[in-house]
Amino acid sequence: MKTNLFSSFILSLACLILFSGVYSSIIWGIAQFTPHQGKGEVLKVNQREVGFAKVGQNFNQIKYFQGRPSAVNYNAAGSGGSNKAYSNPDYQAFIRARIDTFLKYNSTIQKKQIPIELLTASGSGLDPHISPAGAEVQISRIARARNLSEAKIKDLVHKSIEQPLLGFLGKSQINVLALNIELDKLK
Amino acid sequence: MKRNLENKLFDKKLVQMAIRQSFVKLNPRLMFRNPVMFTVEVGTVVMFFVVVGITFGDTTQGSLVYNLLIFLILLLTLLFANFAEALAEARGKAQADSLRKTREETPAKIAKSNGQIEIKSSAQLQKGDVFVCEAGDIIPADGEIVEGLASIDESAITGESAPVIREAGGDKSSVTGGTKVLSDQIKVIVTTQPGESFLDKMIALVEGASRQKTPNEIALTILLAGFTLVFIIVCITLKPFADYAKTPITIAAFLALFVCLIPTTIGGLLSAIGIAGMDRALRANVITKSGKAVETAGDIDVLLLDKTGTITIGNRKATHFYPLQVADLEAFVQQCVWASATDETPEGKSIVELAKTQIKNLSPIPRQGKNGEARFVKFSAETRSSGVDLPDGTRIRKGAFDSIKNLVEKAGNQVPIVIVDKVKQISANGGTPLVVSQNEQVCGVIELQDIIKTGIQERFDRLRKMGVKTVMVTGDNPLTAKYIAEKAGVDDFIAEAKPEDKMNYIRSEQAEGRLVAMMGDGTNDAPALAQADVGVAMNSGTQAAKEAGNMVDLDNDPTKLIEIVEIGKQLLMTRGTLTTFSIANDVAKYFAIVPALFIQAIPALQGLNIMGLHSPESAILSAVIFNALIIPALIPLALRGVAYKPIGASALLRRNLLIYGVGGLIIPFIGIKLIDLGVGLFF
Amino acid sequence: MNTEILGIILIYLLSLGLAIPTGYYIARVYAGQKTWLDFMQPIESLFFRLSGINAQQAMTWEAHLRAMLTINLLWFLWAMFVLMNQGWLPLNPDQNPSMSPDLAFNTAVSFLVNCNLQHYSGETGVSYFAQVFCLMFLQFVTAGTGMAVCATVFKAMQARTAQDLGNFYVYFLKSCTRILLPFSIVLALFLAYNGTPMTWEGKAQLISLEGDTIQVSRGPAAAMIAIKQLGTNGGGYFGVNSAHPLENPSYLSNVAESIAIFLIPMAIVFALGFYLNRKRLAYMIFGVMTVGFLLLVIPTVYYEMQTPAIFQKMGIDTQSGATEGKEVRLGTAASAYWAIATTVTSNGSVNTMHDSLMPISGMTALLGMMINALYGGVGVGFLNFYVFIILAVFISGLMVGRTPEFLGKKIEAREIKIAMLVALLHPLLILGMTALAAYLSANQTPMGWWFLDAEGKSLAGGAWLNNPNFHGFSEMLYEYTSSAANNGSGFEGLADNNPFWNITTGIVLLLSRYIPIIGPVAIAGILANKKYIPASTGTLQTDTFTFGLMVFAVIFIVAALAFFPALTLGPLAEFFSS
Repeated sequence: MKTNLFSSFILSLACLILFSGVYSSIIWGIAQFTPHQGKGEVLKVNQREVGFAKVGQNFNQIKYFQGRPSAVNYNAAGSGGSNKAYSNPDYQAFIRARIDTFLKYNSTIQKKQIPIELLTASGSGLDPHISPAGAEVQISRIARARNLSEAKIKDLVHKSIEQPLLGFLGKSQINVLALNIELDKLK
Repeated sequence: MKRNLENKLFDKKLVQMAIRQSFVKLNPRLMFRNPVMFTVEVGTVVMFFVVVGITFGDTTQGSLVYNLLIFLILLLTLLFANFAEALAEARGKAQADSLRKTREETPAKIAKSNGQIEIKSSAQLQKGDVFVCEAGDIIPADGEIVEGLASIDESAITGESAPVIREAGGDKSSVTGGTKVLSDQIKVIVTTQPGESFLDKMIALVEGASRQKTPNEIALTILLAGFTLVFIIVCITLKPFADYAKTPITIAAFLALFVCLIPTTIGGLLSAIGIAGMDRALRANVITKSGKAVETAGDIDVLLLDKTGTITIGNRKATHFYPLQVADLEAFVQQCVWASATDETPEGKSIVELAKTQIKNLSPIPRQGKNGEARFVKFSAETRSSGVDLPDGTRIRKGAFDSIKNLVEKAGNQVPIVIVDKVKQISANGGTPLVVSQNEQVCGVIELQDIIKTGIQERFDRLRKMGVKTVMVTGDNPLTAKYIAEKAGVDDFIAEAKPEDKMNYIRSEQAEGRLVAMMGDGTNDAPALAQADVGVAMNSGTQAAKEAGNMVDLDNDPTKLIEIVEIGKQLLMTRGTLTTFSIANDVAKYFAIVPALFIQAIPALQGLNIMGLHSPESAILSAVIFNALIIPALIPLALRGVAYKPIGASALLRRNLLIYGVGGLIIPFIGIKLIDLGVGLFF
Repeated sequence: MNTEILGIILIYLLSLGLAIPTGYYIARVYAGQKTWLDFMQPIESLFFRLSGINAQQAMTWEAHLRAMLTINLLWFLWAMFVLMNQGWLPLNPDQNPSMSPDLAFNTAVSFLVNCNLQHYSGETGVSYFAQVFCLMFLQFVTAGTGMAVCATVFKAMQARTAQDLGNFYVYFLKSCTRILLPFSIVLALFLAYNGTPMTWEGKAQLISLEGDTIQVSRGPAAAMIAIKQLGTNGGGYFGVNSAHPLENPSYLSNVAESIAIFLIPMAIVFALGFYLNRKRLAYMIFGVMTVGFLLLVIPTVYYEMQTPAIFQKMGIDTQSGATEGKEVRLGTAASAYWAIATTVTSNGSVNTMHDSLMPISGMTALLGMMINALYGGVGVGFLNFYVFIILAVFISGLMVGRTPEFLGKKIEAREIKIAMLVALLHPLLILGMTALAAYLSANQTPMGWWFLDAEGKSLAGGAWLNNPNFHGFSEMLYEYTSSAANNGSGFEGLADNNPFWNITTGIVLLLSRYIPIIGPVAIAGILANKKYIPASTGTLQTDTFTFGLMVFAVIFIVAALAFFPALTLGPLAEFFSS
């Protein structure tokens, strides 16, 4: 037992150096040669950093495409989902309110057209994406708010669609922040 | 009196006895030995108090009739399980009793040291007493002949009517109490204390007094206790779960769920299966000293079988005389007959018989000569030859090739090449050559042949499919042994076997992890019988052999080993299949009871009521009724045992899994639904 | 075919394709044969020399367990120290505070037992130092512990008759250096290239497009995410684990992380086949596991890809599935697949919020953990399966009329006792503790110090629920099931960072880690000591389809049936009510 204890102690110490120290240094070292030096991809507008490409943001203004509801209000200092069950009556009331709100701001849209991800909170609360349909249903509102033609915005939306991996794995999607940055550039 | 070996499963008298015992066995102290059924008993007692509570005005537990019914069905479940055990015991006891009857009080003629005879009751006989039996006497106790020879009728024990010869010295010296002396007179020494004979032990075993659980039974009991514990946890925790879901559950429903989920079927039948296993052995006329031995028999990997009597019929027979010179046939046959004149072995007799068919006028041995009377030389282990010294001084010897060769060469003579070739040829054909010499000169060879029993090959095939390796033990030379081994289909053989060869073979097989069974009768078999994992002594064998083995075969039938192996396998299989059946039943019972527990508070759970049972009460009653009824329904199977089919382990598993696993899954769905159709009319 | 379904089929096939060669490699590592990573040898030798361990010294099964428990105790003390002092320890750019004792206990235990329950949130609950030098360290060595014990059992199964079962320290260190480390490096770099952060800089602060000031947590995430996926640890760098867009940035990274969940658990099974040279046995085990997995994953994918009925009732008509708690870039199918992959393997990382799963999916996830042996955690998954094999061998051995044998060793009362004890522990802990929590919730028992809200006000039992009724029951059931399975995922709505949950789950974690390790090792060790019995035609073959069926039945009955009433009151009642 005594020798076990001593051996275990030294062995643990050695492992600590190898698996925590050396290993993370190797990954960190090589990460310096990755496109974003391991700091995360940042999007810029006029040289100003406006957000992380992969991390969603809160868009409250009607002139912007809105992302999904977030349980943490897109506060990326943390993260979190709603953890609500579909069977929860409070949750159902919440969804009804979201539907009403959405229809209020997007009056040309019918209830059955609303994509479900615009009504449900993401797991992380930081989901940067919506589906192409999620952008489509907002086009008319944004066109009005920005005084642009729907066709022009529709065109932008279509260009912004990220296709499935290798064209056949997963779904196509749209990064809301990237789309809104492009949207601001539209005249 | 021939014993009734095939008595009915539900003999009226036995059933009455068993019913009485079912109530006696409700005693919690007896019940405690069986953890599964003990928990049922606890549940039954709780139900009793619930019923009492309702009669005194408790209204929270549902109607009196319903609760009373649940109580009665639980009680019935217990009684059914007890009945199974009691019936198995009663059947075993009935078997034992019929054996015991053979040893009712008989007068014993005690031979005193002064030569006087004193009459005592057999019950007063002590170990070491010597008694005398004459023609017509019933032998009062087990013992060993110390003097004399007698033919004995053992039909009371074996059911075999042909009398057998028992004589002092040698391997056939043992007599059993209750058998009858037909001729001659013998002196017998008592070998066991009254009440300690094998039979007494066996009776105690089936009566349950000294029945110990076998290793597999213990392991299975642990498994079943484990399952029971799991379901205790399930049922106890269900209470707070139900509280959370605001669904009140009655005590009756809890207990019904619990009793249905724990493996009561196998739990109720487990000891009956074990007793029935020993009973089956007894029915096969095998007395086992412990239940463990029967169980071990099922695991046997290697079977040592004596050639004689097992593989071949009786003994070898002489089939040919081969004189050195063809012309001398008559003289040679004459010599052979003289050499075998006092040879009482079947082989010796067969030589004389063969000679009679070949030569018309055989002359008897000359009475007188210059050397006086003819002197016979008995067979001895050292010389391995026998023969006669004729009155004229001629020495005729007959024996195995090696021994005669020794004899001849010692005298400075040569064994002719023709003889050597002949010997080899006979051996290669499975015969046994006996060489005959006159005055240390080889004069010819007698060929003895074995006759292999019909049907023995199929039996060995069956054993091979069971995974049992058969080994033939014979005193024959290797060539002969090989021939017979191949012809009979045994896997291996020990030729020119000496007692220690058997022992060594057993040891080496055991060292490789195999379990070995053997049968033996002689005193020199005793060490090997003790060493073997299953040693079956013949009842006719010596006391030493019987002490050493763990079973005694009353029929003295060497092929009995095969039956014993099957009985052992049946025992294990019956336990395994009923366990599977019992546990598989749980699925259906869950689907009957769980929706019933919650359906009133959570009507949506009607979706789980896939059997469409009428009402919660009806569902619960149907499940417990099914659970109770399945026990008596399976008693015949438990007592008779699941049929063993030698089709290989995987095929057997597939078969049993299909019948008892899938069957166990489906049958309760049908059974519970059918019962519900009836019960649903009232609840 | 639906591109989402294609995606998960591809993920499974890739996992399988990679697991077979990996299994071959693992078998060679444990057998001490030559591998392409032998350049690690000098480092291992150095470690042994420094710690005075004789790598050649063979140990009995008891010695293995003693060594394992001793070194685990040291790790526990280290973890407690770091977590309770991280506030002032270095590498804490976000200035996260030290943990409370009960949270530190829960976190230390949960990482020590390879569970990673995480009652804290990565961004705010731990410092970089704690992440890398405590939690990630434990993710390596506890996975290595599980694999080492599994290697001991392999060795015992191989032995004809033996006392000595190799050296624990060698199995342990080689598991880490030869298997976990190289695979982690590959995956971590892959993730780093795909956008997962690997930086020592603290939170980023910037002005959003709408002009708000926002903060984004970062850190040395890529390194930790790799080992948490590969070592069935599951403890994510960020609070929401692999649902976080930095932890799992794209569909491609999700493919890689999904494969990593299964890689070693699957490979261990194949390794058994190669190691014992009993490939058919490995295929039988793999077959049973796969059938079980498919039975769980297919309904889950089906239900998650449906739009929940309540949305249809409200007039929402789009067919994009049950998206609450899911990420758009991953899609519903890949999320459903992950939910089952992570629960059957005792991994516990999540890319979707399990609390928002459909009722049936919640049940399949629970069943994955209740069985806990379909692939299972690295090393320990096989140990759990081993117990089921022993029970199946016993029952089917009797059914063919022989004292049961497994690989030439008789299974007797002692082994059954141990196996039953291990099998019993799981329902006892899960049902027993859930019963306690359900009792407290049903009676709204005042919890005193055991359950305080953020302001320090004492709350009543049941206030920890985030959803009412049946789903609330599922939340409690899930938490203890996850603990007992050493899984680490959760119905995260449950307010579990309080002394009541921290301490009770901590105790469950300890019991359910060490007893299911000690049990199988003891059985294997005892069996190894027994005389080897050569097989005959009467011997039950354990590598056949029929026996596989038997094992499956035993798993179903022992592991699933005991939980049927609980599942009825949780997910099933929720399912039938909606």
